[in-house]
Amino acid sequence: MNYLASIGSYAIMIKEVFKKPTKWSIMRSLILKEIDELIFGSLGILIFISFFIGGVVAIQTALNITSELIPKNLVGFATRQSIILEFAPTFCSIIMAGKVGSYITSSIGTMRVTEQIDALEVMGVNALNYLVFPKIVALLLYPFIIAIAMYVGICGGWVAGVFGGFSTSADFIEGLQLDFIPFHVTYSFLKTLVFAFILATIPSYHGFYMKGGALEVGKASTTSFVWTSVVIIILNYILTQLLLG
Amino acid sequence: MIKVDNVHKSFNDAHVLKGISTLFEKGKTNLIIGQSGSGKTVFLKCLLGLFTPDEGNISYDGKIYASLNSDEKRDLRQEMGMVFQGSALFDSMTVEGNVMFPLEMFTKQSKSEMKDRVDFVLKRVNLDEAHNKFPSEISGGMQKRVAIARAIVMKPKYLFCDEPNSGLDPKTAILIDNLIKEITEEYNITTIINTHDMNSVMEIGEKIVFLKNGLKEWEGTKNEIFKTDNQAVTNFVYSSDLFKKVRQMYIEERN
Repeated sequence: MNYLASIGSYAIMIKEVFKKPTKWSIMRSLILKEIDELIFGSLGILIFISFFIGGVVAIQTALNITSELIPKNLVGFATRQSIILEFAPTFCSIIMAGKVGSYITSSIGTMRVTEQIDALEVMGVNALNYLVFPKIVALLLYPFIIAIAMYVGICGGWVAGVFGGFSTSADFIEGLQLDFIPFHVTYSFLKTLVFAFILATIPSYHGFYMKGGALEVGKASTTSFVWTSVVIIILNYILTQLLLG
Repeated sequence: MIKVDNVHKSFNDAHVLKGISTLFEKGKTNLIIGQSGSGKTVFLKCLLGLFTPDEGNISYDGKIYASLNSDEKRDLRQEMGMVFQGSALFDSMTVEGNVMFPLEMFTKQSKSEMKDRVDFVLKRVNLDEAHNKFPSEISGGMQKRVAIARAIVMKPKYLFCDEPNSGLDPKTAILIDNLIKEITEEYNITTIINTHDMNSVMEIGEKIVFLKNGLKEWEGTKNEIFKTDNQAVTNFVYSSDLFKKVRQMYIEERN
């Protein structure tokens, strides 16, 4: 019953986010600030993780090719498919649920605890539009960092494969180009956009409606990470079934 | 002027406000007092429109809040200024940014007009050298003064203060109390202060509403509070030795 009530209040929150918009001149600066915090602030960690995960995928694939009948270009092919289809959109989103999600929940939660949200409401500001809408718009740029994560992940695979002696550069690049289906990239970006919306709204919900003090802000951040991850995993399955099934 | 008519408010099974009626007059500092848990904060939040009463009406210069549409409610809220207990300043903004925020949100003034108004109100609260500091860089008393400046920057008709001098030393507390009183008279606004500080009552209480268990137990002026026979009020007022002595002196003087 509690879950149903939470889903209901989440839906009401989403409706409120798009009502009574904040003055554009203020909203513009809020959006730019959020792009800096949420997008550019996440670039470094995602590039770092993508590079090494790409390398690990290439090594694991190479080590599991035991039959001589399997072509060597499989290393590049498997790296490309893993990175584009799953690692970049889904795994990166789980990482973002930890990094960006907990930041969103704790910053909004702290504003709730210190009555800053009440102050906004007393002034007649739509606090949900003011706080959540810029995050949703900023995270529309999320596919941009996922595209970079894909590129860096594949580069990581190439470096690990070639310099680790698991594949030649020619085989790896041939594998990368083998049976390439452009729709897989479209599918990946569609998933990313849906995940971006989840990453902006679920942590905001947990921060905005939290009750209590500093301890509860910490608990809300943890709960928000768990639920954002769960929803991303479930939607990943549904979207894969719908778009590729 | 704010008229409160038979306001009830419950949360689940807890009946917090049990039919409060009173009148808060313009140009006066009206105080809501009572022990912790008496319903003061809930009452103040009803007055601010943050809670909707289950029963009864609150009208602001004749406008009944419950009968207003959402645009009218938003307009009315822009006529309200609020000083929160913890100041509730926006951490990410400077003092100047905090005070300018309502102007940026709701007016079409030019940057220089806004700057002039901010300079004026910050000077009014004796804070003309803290423009570029962040809330974390200033003292509690200064934060309260910034909160007052932010509350009055839009020239409100109604000023609400929740425990404005909690956590402050006695000297700063009196300064804040007097500042609120001066602003109330200067701008001829309806000011409502939620407090349990008897020093504030004696300093600025022109009308006092005493709440007990969600009911209005007593109302009157700061002079009347010493003469009342209401047991709940006298228990509250004379809970400190200082006020016991003041009462004793008052009785001796009268005899």
